[in-house]
Amino acid sequence: MSSTLDFSHYLKSPGAGLLHLDLAVEGINCAGCMAKIERNLSKIPDVTSARVNLTDHRLALEWRAGSVDPAMFVDRLAELGYRAYPFERAGAETQEAERARSLLRRLGVAAFAAMNVMMLSIPVWSGNASDMLPEQRDFFHWLSALIVLPAAAYSAQPFFASAWSALRARSVNMDVPISVGIVLALAMSLVETASHADHAYFDAAIMLIAFLLAGRYLDQNMRRRTRAFAGNLAALKAETATKFISDEEIRTVPIAAIKPGDIVLLRPGERSAVDGNVIEGRSEIDQSLITGETRPRLAVPGSAVFAGTQVRSGVLRVCVAAASEATLLAEISRLLENALQSRSHYLRLAERASRLYAPVVHAAALLTMLGWLLYGATLHDSVVTAIAVLIITCPCALGLAIPAVQTVASGALFGSGVLLNSGDAIERMARVDRVIFDKTGTLTLPELDVANAANIPADVFDLAGRVALASRHPVAAAVARAAAAKSPLPDIEEEPGHGVHGMLDGCEIRLGRPSYCGADELANEILSRDPEASVVAFRHGETCHVFAVRQRLRPDAAAVVETLHQYGIAVEVLSGDREPAVRTAAQALGIHEWRAEVTPVDKIARIDDLARHGFKVLMVGDGLNDAPALAAAYASMSPVSAAHISQSVADAVFLGEQLAPVATAIDISRKALRLMQQNLWLAVVYNALAVPVAVAGLVTPLIAAAAMSGSSLLVMLNALRARARKRETV
Amino acid sequence: MEVLVFLVPLAITLGFIGLMGFLWSLKSGQYDDLDGAAWRAIADDEPAGSSNSQQNPQRQDP
Repeated sequence: MSSTLDFSHYLKSPGAGLLHLDLAVEGINCAGCMAKIERNLSKIPDVTSARVNLTDHRLALEWRAGSVDPAMFVDRLAELGYRAYPFERAGAETQEAERARSLLRRLGVAAFAAMNVMMLSIPVWSGNASDMLPEQRDFFHWLSALIVLPAAAYSAQPFFASAWSALRARSVNMDVPISVGIVLALAMSLVETASHADHAYFDAAIMLIAFLLAGRYLDQNMRRRTRAFAGNLAALKAETATKFISDEEIRTVPIAAIKPGDIVLLRPGERSAVDGNVIEGRSEIDQSLITGETRPRLAVPGSAVFAGTQVRSGVLRVCVAAASEATLLAEISRLLENALQSRSHYLRLAERASRLYAPVVHAAALLTMLGWLLYGATLHDSVVTAIAVLIITCPCALGLAIPAVQTVASGALFGSGVLLNSGDAIERMARVDRVIFDKTGTLTLPELDVANAANIPADVFDLAGRVALASRHPVAAAVARAAAAKSPLPDIEEEPGHGVHGMLDGCEIRLGRPSYCGADELANEILSRDPEASVVAFRHGETCHVFAVRQRLRPDAAAVVETLHQYGIAVEVLSGDREPAVRTAAQALGIHEWRAEVTPVDKIARIDDLARHGFKVLMVGDGLNDAPALAAAYASMSPVSAAHISQSVADAVFLGEQLAPVATAIDISRKALRLMQQNLWLAVVYNALAVPVAVAGLVTPLIAAAAMSGSSLLVMLNALRARARKRETV
Repeated sequence: MEVLVFLVPLAITLGFIGLMGFLWSLKSGQYDDLDGAAWRAIADDEPAGSSNSQQNPQRQDP
């Protein structure tokens, strides 16, 4: 903690003499936390506002410039028991939030208009049968038009815009029939009103808009929430770098403030947040997050270092490179671009439905008109009936059928630790019949762990853990973590490159390389049995033990593989790591198909090969080397510890130590896909019932309004079952 | 029935005021934190001018 974080990058100035800071805070989950934090921070002199956002787990602070050091807020929060990280809103998140807000505004306008028009429509519906004067009815119709036309022009813009862009690209989406229906309904109602006719459909049109907007708002809100949560995760990962601001002086700065050409310092145990080249120092580095290779390599001046690399033994000075300079990254980016282009071929369920739907409905309307003309009806009556067909078939239910299920299902996924990146991921994950896992960091945990803990006496383990706290070496850190050590021993000194030593009860105590502790024999014995492990020796007086430290499989990995098999899904491992390591892991998990030492190009080739044979592959991986494969696969997931680039191309990111979210995601997606198909069938049945009535020319505005809201509610309620089922299984 | 000439515009004006209220609440950020707003409604009000700042550090639950 010698150099605290430089906050200047995150500060904003909202007005004269004021400063503003956004913090993502871990552990806010109740109203009590909210009150405690706000009360405590407002007491700091000069703080003008401290406001917690309980939904997003964030804190917005404002204070008068000059007197307060922002780091103090973080310290104060730590005293209260909350870890806080400065945080910068990503562009994508601001966009999603703005879109949600605009949809809510339009929904408000549409709902206002729908309610007021309903007030006017009910007397007309009941008055048409009894004693309403034609002048009164016309007055009510004109009033409805006055309310609905501007409201529709404003609130239906999202549908018009989306339909227009689809038409310009010479394709059809669900918004095309919606827009056609709305525009025709409004135009016909206006003409009918002007010619003093009985029926106007203003109410049905605006209600349709309100229902569809409600569905879209819920969908957008879920997306915004997921995005905000992902933003917090990025902040909690606290990506910082230690930058040299002069030859001697260092400062911890957020990664966004690092530019190519800057010199950064990497100390043992730290993960590099940047790509660059070593200019000074020697160290073993662990690149498992990037290449999947678990054996440490030696970095010397001139070696390339990639973001995600962990420094093990020495101190390195790294000159930051622009992304394009690093060859591995450039190669990965090129593969990625190709893979992403081929992915866009997937046709969503909604698109396929609308491709069938629009021509059928429009043809039906045309046939109705021609039929009535041949039957001898007037042109006016035929056109009115044809438009009534369009209104009644306007895909209100169809437009809600899929987004509603998507919203509920992504809420259920969110609850079980899966964050969706793309909306259609649910459909694709539901169809998966083969899962390919990367090994390092995906089947195994990203952090090292002690493998032979059972062979070491508990008191020795505890003591070793406390000694290990003095070292920043990742292998020692793993021992400390495994022993759950909290209180470091006093007067322990570190000898760089060898280990740590000190005195306890008059005996010397050492932890470090086997040679440093005189435990070479023990260490070689362990290494001959388990060549993948790193060893660290511990000596206290005459007792001597050696810890085998290695990456551990996720605790529930075997169970998840078993569950996937039960779902009828084949499981395969593709890893960049060496053969013995991959074989051991695959055997432990009961996976028969595995490949080792696979390059990114080979991974893509394997996936393409499977795709050609008709398999739908879910790729689960975390490394930089997995990124192209993640993009090329039919669907993809990444653990939250994954490299940035992998996370951003994966369809979904899962949280936590467990692998279970992979199986849960497939399960929820399958249920959701079933519900989507059910909903589409409900919409088809509704149309099959309603269309003959419309073709017969029997649709009154009352029937249109009732049929529309009835079918929408039915579809919405069916979608909610995606959530109800989830609860039962928990 | 002439009363309609007053009542209907009156009803629509009231609805319009409601809409304005909604747009204002949206603009002032009242929909940004729905979970928090639900709890703020029942939270105890801050006693005015209370400054017993750090007298109970033992209440710091983790």
